[in-house]
Amino acid sequence: MPTVAIERTALFTHLGRTYTDAEFDELCFEFGVELDEITSEREEATKSSTEVIYKIDVPANRYDLLCIEGISRSLRVFLGDMEAPTYQIVSPTEEASSTMTVVQSSTATIRPFVVCAILRDVTFDEARYKSFIELQDQLHRNLCRQRTLVAIGTHDLDSVKGPFKYDARSPKDIRFVPLTHTEEQREFDGASLMECYETDANCKHLKPYVPIIKNSPLRITLNTKNVFIECTATDLTKANIVLDTVVAMFSEYAAVPFSVEPVTVNYVNDDNSIVKSYVTPQMYTRKETTSVKFVNSLIGIDVDPEPMAELCNKIQLGPARLLPAPSEEEGPILEVTVPPTRSDILHAVDIAEDIAVAYGYNNIVKTVPKTCTVGGEQPLNHLGDLLREEIGRAGYVEVLTHGLCSIKDNFTALGRPVTAAVSLSNPANVEYQVVRTTLLPGLLKTLQHNKSMSFTGGFKLFEISDVVLPDDKHVVTETIVGAKNARRVCATYAGPTSGFEVIHGLVDRIMTLCEVAPEEEYVASSGNKTNKLVHCKEGWAYTIRELKAGESDVSGTYFPGRAAEILLTSPKGGHRVVVGTFGILHPNVLENFDINYPTSAVELDLESLL
Amino acid sequence: MSLNMYQYLAKNMADPESSILTALSASPETSIPDTWAFSLSQNLDHNTVVGLSKSLEGDAYVSLRELSTQFYVLSSEAEEILTNGSQEMRVLRALVNSGEGGMAMAELENVVGKDICKIGMGNCLKNKWAKKEKDGRLVAVVGEMNDEVRDMLGLLKESSGDAAALDDKALAALKRRKLISLVTRKSYSITRGPAYAPQRVKKAADLTKEMLDSGKWKDTPFKPYNFQTLGETVGGGYLHPLLKVRAELRKILMEMGFQEMPTNKWVESSFWNFDSLFQPQSHPARDAHDTFFIKEPAQTISVPEDYYERVKTMHEVGGSGSIGYRYDFKREEAFKNLLRTHTTAISSQMLYKLANQEGGFQPARYFSIDRVFRNETMDATHLCEFHQVEGLVADYNLSLGDLIGTIETFFRKIGITKLRFKPAFNPYTEPSMEIFGYHPDLKKWTEIGNSGMFRPEMLTPMGLPENVRVIAWGLSLERPTMIKYRIDNIRNLFGHKVDMGMTKNAPVCRFEKANEEAENQ
Repeated sequence: MPTVAIERTALFTHLGRTYTDAEFDELCFEFGVELDEITSEREEATKSSTEVIYKIDVPANRYDLLCIEGISRSLRVFLGDMEAPTYQIVSPTEEASSTMTVVQSSTATIRPFVVCAILRDVTFDEARYKSFIELQDQLHRNLCRQRTLVAIGTHDLDSVKGPFKYDARSPKDIRFVPLTHTEEQREFDGASLMECYETDANCKHLKPYVPIIKNSPLRITLNTKNVFIECTATDLTKANIVLDTVVAMFSEYAAVPFSVEPVTVNYVNDDNSIVKSYVTPQMYTRKETTSVKFVNSLIGIDVDPEPMAELCNKIQLGPARLLPAPSEEEGPILEVTVPPTRSDILHAVDIAEDIAVAYGYNNIVKTVPKTCTVGGEQPLNHLGDLLREEIGRAGYVEVLTHGLCSIKDNFTALGRPVTAAVSLSNPANVEYQVVRTTLLPGLLKTLQHNKSMSFTGGFKLFEISDVVLPDDKHVVTETIVGAKNARRVCATYAGPTSGFEVIHGLVDRIMTLCEVAPEEEYVASSGNKTNKLVHCKEGWAYTIRELKAGESDVSGTYFPGRAAEILLTSPKGGHRVVVGTFGILHPNVLENFDINYPTSAVELDLESLL
Repeated sequence: MSLNMYQYLAKNMADPESSILTALSASPETSIPDTWAFSLSQNLDHNTVVGLSKSLEGDAYVSLRELSTQFYVLSSEAEEILTNGSQEMRVLRALVNSGEGGMAMAELENVVGKDICKIGMGNCLKNKWAKKEKDGRLVAVVGEMNDEVRDMLGLLKESSGDAAALDDKALAALKRRKLISLVTRKSYSITRGPAYAPQRVKKAADLTKEMLDSGKWKDTPFKPYNFQTLGETVGGGYLHPLLKVRAELRKILMEMGFQEMPTNKWVESSFWNFDSLFQPQSHPARDAHDTFFIKEPAQTISVPEDYYERVKTMHEVGGSGSIGYRYDFKREEAFKNLLRTHTTAISSQMLYKLANQEGGFQPARYFSIDRVFRNETMDATHLCEFHQVEGLVADYNLSLGDLIGTIETFFRKIGITKLRFKPAFNPYTEPSMEIFGYHPDLKKWTEIGNSGMFRPEMLTPMGLPENVRVIAWGLSLERPTMIKYRIDNIRNLFGHKVDMGMTKNAPVCRFEKANEEAENQ
């Protein structure tokens, strides 16, 4: 959300009203912007004055609120203090400057579009000039995506004469004095400028913007009267929005307020024949319609047609008028005027929202949908929550760890080979290289950070959460992204002794809880009769088998001879499938995670038990 | 000593408790003035005597008064001086013995030793007992002198370190030379307590199975229980506070008739995460600054193609009353894989399925609580991963009023009754509202969630009937949890740095039921 910094006294002068901070905050809230911060100094610290600054957060799609002119104008209209301005395109005073020729062959592959406009007899003062520059910066930062989509250039029309040509040249053929070197009048060609921007600390930050660095003699000053604005772009729609915004905001200071002179843009072939042509700025005022009934129904209000048309004036959608009802059923039609500044109006719902804002969100009577539905939960989440309660009851402390992990923690520190995992292309730091494929590192890091806990009676942790595995077959909503979540249960025991039997017991407990019987052979050799007594689901059974060193990618995690695989037989598969492993962690793994106590761990796939 | 005497001592030493009680037996006023002296006289270990005295005090047999005795002890260097004289005296003697010629440094070192030479020579020069010749030889200028240092140490030792044996100046001089140091000894004076008896009858601390079996409990006296201490820590496991809140919110949403969405899908295509929501491809949220993109697998393999075409058309030229965004929709942008930035990526899929299910659209209420990922700068309230709570209702002709009503019902259930709604912007909802609530714990208005009605440009390509509207709201799970459990840094709530002590002590998650009366006042 862009933030606009505005001096309070200047704002109140524009508004022709004054407010306490609390009152202004309230006005912002109702209008839909946010008075984010009240400070006393400008960020840039260029001013020593203690002028109070309002920092206002404006919605990301309201480019017309990015400067003091726009905010104050919108608020005045909202308050009913002025009518929304009508913009007019007047005929050009001077023919030569009102055409822009685009050499299509050279520009098409680089920045194919340009749109232009001329502001005549503008009166700048220090504040207006500053706001003019700041609006361009705001637009560049937001809508223009750091000038990649659109770049604005403004030129003093009294220092340059048309007709203008938009062409792309090789860097070495371009000669000009860049704005950064105005004082010394140093001339550069394109290549040397690039070099300067590579090396000169004062202007390094400008490098990304190089294609549109301006020529110094044409710069706008406080004395500039006539402004030529051009926007070169890769996106023509956005270029028009940007140009219209700049014109709408600053034509207010023209001799005839809200007037602008057009420029004809001609695209020519190499033989100079005109391929296509258009006139800018568009300053396109559209009429949009919606039915009064639709607005009332969408918002849940009951406003009569005439008052609704009145509300439109408050939110710069006026003049609005009512058209006769096309049918009894549909009722009267509301026709609103969408000014060029409101590029955010795409659909009737946008008009309805603005009417709701004018009506006041907090005046809407709340209702409850009559929709009749039955609540319910995902079976996997349900099972997970039931097991969380039970494992907690068994003396384990629940942890909640991050899904992102370093390659080292996820593989090498666990004594495992680096295998496939979902990896990030722009990790913020080394801790976020991959999405974890195992829950174990999170638990081990938790042990590492909780050394002050008592380990004498065994310190037990568990987590039930997701890992992500590469999978180019898994389909969700007719879509294959190439990865799949898997829900796991992971638990550790750390204490004076390894607790291998304790973790082994947890495996049996989880199976009992999930109504899975031990295979007869397994329980017979254990001599434990209690498991025979539990109720189990038909066709489900489990057993364990020693996991020998080097047998699988995970065996390096465990102490040789003290590791096992958990094998599940279910009606789904019909034969034994490995669903998890457990064992004493290898001392090397413990050392990697800086753990001083013998530790055993289990990691088990939960989805197979569903 | 006779053999009998040894036996007597051994017996006495075996029962220091009766020694203490016997020592007080003569009359009620009898006392042991100092346990230290008492222990020495009785040949008992002082620590044992103190321990037993405290135990007897616990049963009110005796009363104790703490004593603190300060005295000086001699360092090993001081003990050496007592035997052989001070360093300066030994140096002087050597010089006197060497006659008028005196001694060279090396010679002196040979005679008295290096350390003694260094300290003694300095002091001799300071005391003007000796002088240094031009050639560096040392010559005695006096004869035999009094060894004051040794005398002072002797006096102190004789008085067992009592400071009164010397004046302050002398003590200071000895301390400066690190020959003596002050130590403090804790001991006690003992008098009879209210329950004094010459022999202690042991009281039982606890009722045991053995007492029940033997019936001994009937005539066993029991120690009083200290009711001013905490009970023993409860064993067993503990659930994580954030997940306790998650469980409670799931319950609330299910009570409200919401059905849980399958959100176990962290890797998502840009298509479902952004494009299907009518979020333009040039939107800043799609920058690498905000979103984690995936290196491997970088590209989505397939999406529903018919639907893809309808979404593309909506972005490029609009339709169903919308003018669209008017730009070239790029397939490679839609197929970029990412870690989902919101669970709305799943909501979108659920709505798509709802529109295309057998029998056609049916009204629905959906919810989810699951992880989302943002490439954000981390601070006390932001992590790259957090949990999003999301609820939505899809039905014919729903209104903004319905959304406000639904949100109020939900927040009332978690104890927040005063709400205000601020117009806001969100690319995929229109109208959009930020939810502000008066938080009873924070005692102030704060933003507690976001909401809106999904745009027709999002719903129409899915194939939902024209007058079906979808209202939705969302919030993070971490924020209400941090407020509830008074946690001010999110790292203390989520991740491996969480203190298990915090988890152990986190109460159950109960939200205050809204108090209608108090609110209406």
